[in-house]
Amino acid sequence: MKIGVFICYCGENIGRTVDCAAVAQACASIPGVAVSVDYKYMCSDPGQNLIINAIREHRLDGVVVGSCSPHMHEKTFRKACSNAGLNPFMFEMANLREHCSWIHDDIAVGTAKSIDLVRIAVEKVKRNEPLTPIRVPVTKRALVIGGGISGIQAALDIAGAGFQVVLVEKEPSIGGHMSQLSETFPTLDCSQCILTPRMVEVYQHPNITLMSYSEVEKVEGFIGNFSVTIRRKARSVRADLCTGCGDCVQKCPIKKKAYSEFEEGLAFRPAMYVPFPQAVPNIPVIDRAVCTYYKTGKCQACVKACGRGAIDFEQQDEFVTEAVGAIVVATGYKLYTIDKKPDDSQYKGYGEYGYGVYKDVIDGLQFERLASASGPTGGEIRRPSDKAVPKKIVFIQCVGSRDESKGFSYCSKICCMYTAKHAMLYKHKVHEGEAYVFYMDIRSGGKGYEEFVRRAIEEDHVKYIRGRVSRIYEKDGKYIVRGEDTIAGMQVEIDADMVVLATAMVPQPESAVLAQKLGIAYDNHGYFVEVHPKLRPVECSTGGIFLAGACHSPRDIPESVSMASAAAAKALVLFGSDVLEREPVVAKVNESTCAGCFYCQKVCAYNAVERREIRDRAGNLRKVVAYVNEGLCQGCGTCNATCPSKSVELIGFTDEQLYAEIHALA
Amino acid sequence: MHHAHPHTFSDDIAELTGQDPSLCYQCGKCSAGCPVRAYTESPPNRVVRYVQLGFDDEALASQTPWLCAGCMTCSTRCPKEFDLAAFMDAVRQLGIARGVKPPVADMRSFHESFLSQIESHGRAYELGLVFSYKMASLHLMQDVDVAPEMFLKGKIGVFPHNVRNTDAMKNIFRRAAEVKE
Repeated sequence: MKIGVFICYCGENIGRTVDCAAVAQACASIPGVAVSVDYKYMCSDPGQNLIINAIREHRLDGVVVGSCSPHMHEKTFRKACSNAGLNPFMFEMANLREHCSWIHDDIAVGTAKSIDLVRIAVEKVKRNEPLTPIRVPVTKRALVIGGGISGIQAALDIAGAGFQVVLVEKEPSIGGHMSQLSETFPTLDCSQCILTPRMVEVYQHPNITLMSYSEVEKVEGFIGNFSVTIRRKARSVRADLCTGCGDCVQKCPIKKKAYSEFEEGLAFRPAMYVPFPQAVPNIPVIDRAVCTYYKTGKCQACVKACGRGAIDFEQQDEFVTEAVGAIVVATGYKLYTIDKKPDDSQYKGYGEYGYGVYKDVIDGLQFERLASASGPTGGEIRRPSDKAVPKKIVFIQCVGSRDESKGFSYCSKICCMYTAKHAMLYKHKVHEGEAYVFYMDIRSGGKGYEEFVRRAIEEDHVKYIRGRVSRIYEKDGKYIVRGEDTIAGMQVEIDADMVVLATAMVPQPESAVLAQKLGIAYDNHGYFVEVHPKLRPVECSTGGIFLAGACHSPRDIPESVSMASAAAAKALVLFGSDVLEREPVVAKVNESTCAGCFYCQKVCAYNAVERREIRDRAGNLRKVVAYVNEGLCQGCGTCNATCPSKSVELIGFTDEQLYAEIHALA
Repeated sequence: MHHAHPHTFSDDIAELTGQDPSLCYQCGKCSAGCPVRAYTESPPNRVVRYVQLGFDDEALASQTPWLCAGCMTCSTRCPKEFDLAAFMDAVRQLGIARGVKPPVADMRSFHESFLSQIESHGRAYELGLVFSYKMASLHLMQDVDVAPEMFLKGKIGVFPHNVRNTDAMKNIFRRAAEVKE
């Protein structure tokens, strides 16, 4: 073999603590090295030409560049090799900068170590094999999981670019939490007024297939080639016949057995219901847990009411499989509740605030429903217990959030703003009312946000008290809120008619299960994790899966919408190619020695290991062996390290290559 | 990685309690629920603040650590799980070690009287505590008016109720004294 060695000074970066000329000279005598030179900037055009010319002139079949890290310039030099007609995988890099010059002061030490690093790389490249990138086709169709504002935005963006989208929503209607909100900060525009047109757009878009009341059951495949099984839950109403007239809902006699999820438990809904009047799709669902028919078989009021014969008590869950190339996950959040938690829960409730037993101690979403014109009180602020208009309301921020004793270290980010909005809305509706806000810090970063909070204080005279509340208890029909104003250094006690808790945002409870189905990372709270917090904030470590909205971390509407558009853009980048090229550094199983123990399958983080049956000519099963799906394998090498019979090798990093590298030092 | 910095009062407290006072983010929940707050010049969170900022003299001059009832309401409700009652105890100990006169006269006598009861009986013996404290502080007639009612309600027993093994308790005290030396 003929190897070329090229030593870079990287200006002074390497040259200062490594005698590059001496390294090049020493490396010339390593067996197999045909040419060894040094140059000021190997990545520059003349530097690359030096490599290209040497490959042609000396008919090199391996190249080692001693320079910076592969992260920086591996692609550059592979391309140079390729341009000279050499397989780009017959190239190795010795990191003389990060691993050597930057961490040593002594030139003698740096030079000796550089020679060793190059020798290691030379021994490896001698054992390299020419490889070709893996090419996989791209299915130009997207799945969006979650039909809140993030999912809606992502779906509309991808569909608007001309690609098909399947939008899956587990509730009977899309719209998510935004559909529950009264008005939105910092402009106070009506949430429904800006959201519902988007919901209708989704429904009518020719490129969007909406699957409401559906959940993702199974995900197989890999970037560009996912196969997703979706459970379409039985509505007990045939969508193809229903016109959404609402007669069945009117006639359903079971009016008060189930609390409305949409009204956050502040009102009842019938057994046959549409979550809210603007629901999309406007097709009702039967709650089988409370419906009389499913209990006794007696009631058929809805069947009689329906002029289209759309009620189908026998309907079953259906499973459909969709082929998609990209997945946007937008499953959103829930609010933490302060009630007593089981011992095994990672969170604790607030005994000092009554564990949620006080009727007029409510959370932020409940207040949204009270303030909403479409809510149970028609937009009048009335407390749940006796429907009286509260004269004094206390708002408490950071309930759960930033409270490590309850299991949260993080800030929920949106509460400072929505609490200011709540206090403002209350003052606008109840002019003589008093509003107090207990806060620890006010976090109002965002366009017009700080001005909005100041407006609540200066124009609407909301009283902000800097301190946490120690206890809430009931006394003579009032809620005594005991806090401290740390600015005045005084204990404060307020006898409130109602208390609104800005409780922490948490991911959907099933988020960890979904993450496991998708093979994506999630943190200890269940929030999905991105590849890189700064430079790749919407991509998952599993290729082809992107994140949008509050399922990633607490965020408000503008941030969720931005993130959704970013996720859509990433999916569209993928759809810009017909075929994907991937590094061929993947695991490969030696089928003749594989014992079929499948330890590799257990440890694979990417679900890349499959079972393959080996049969003889007569078709008899001889054995079952592991098989690595090249599309899914990320080349991490865990299977390689785990295999007891050494039957898995990582291409490009075989045991032979690694031992050769170690021997080069001996 | 540990960076060398001069040993502070806050470090002393961290060593005694196992918790660094910088944990406190000054939310004020401790002060909000403190039952002796009305009788002191500083809310408890301010004493922590003094320590965080290196105002040792202010912390040692505060009545709050000395009037702290050790009811643990603050420690129980603290969102950072900072044991404020232990913190107050440490401030008292360090004050004594530095020879600072307790800012609330007689509180040291009270604490010592209380501990002497525990040493002898293994649990609180209220009548013994009353006598011991009065002898030490010479406030012989203080709170005498509430005594009859407390007797009637059974709050103060005539005889001590010792724990089964009082020797073990004495050993604990002896060992603690040795460790201190």
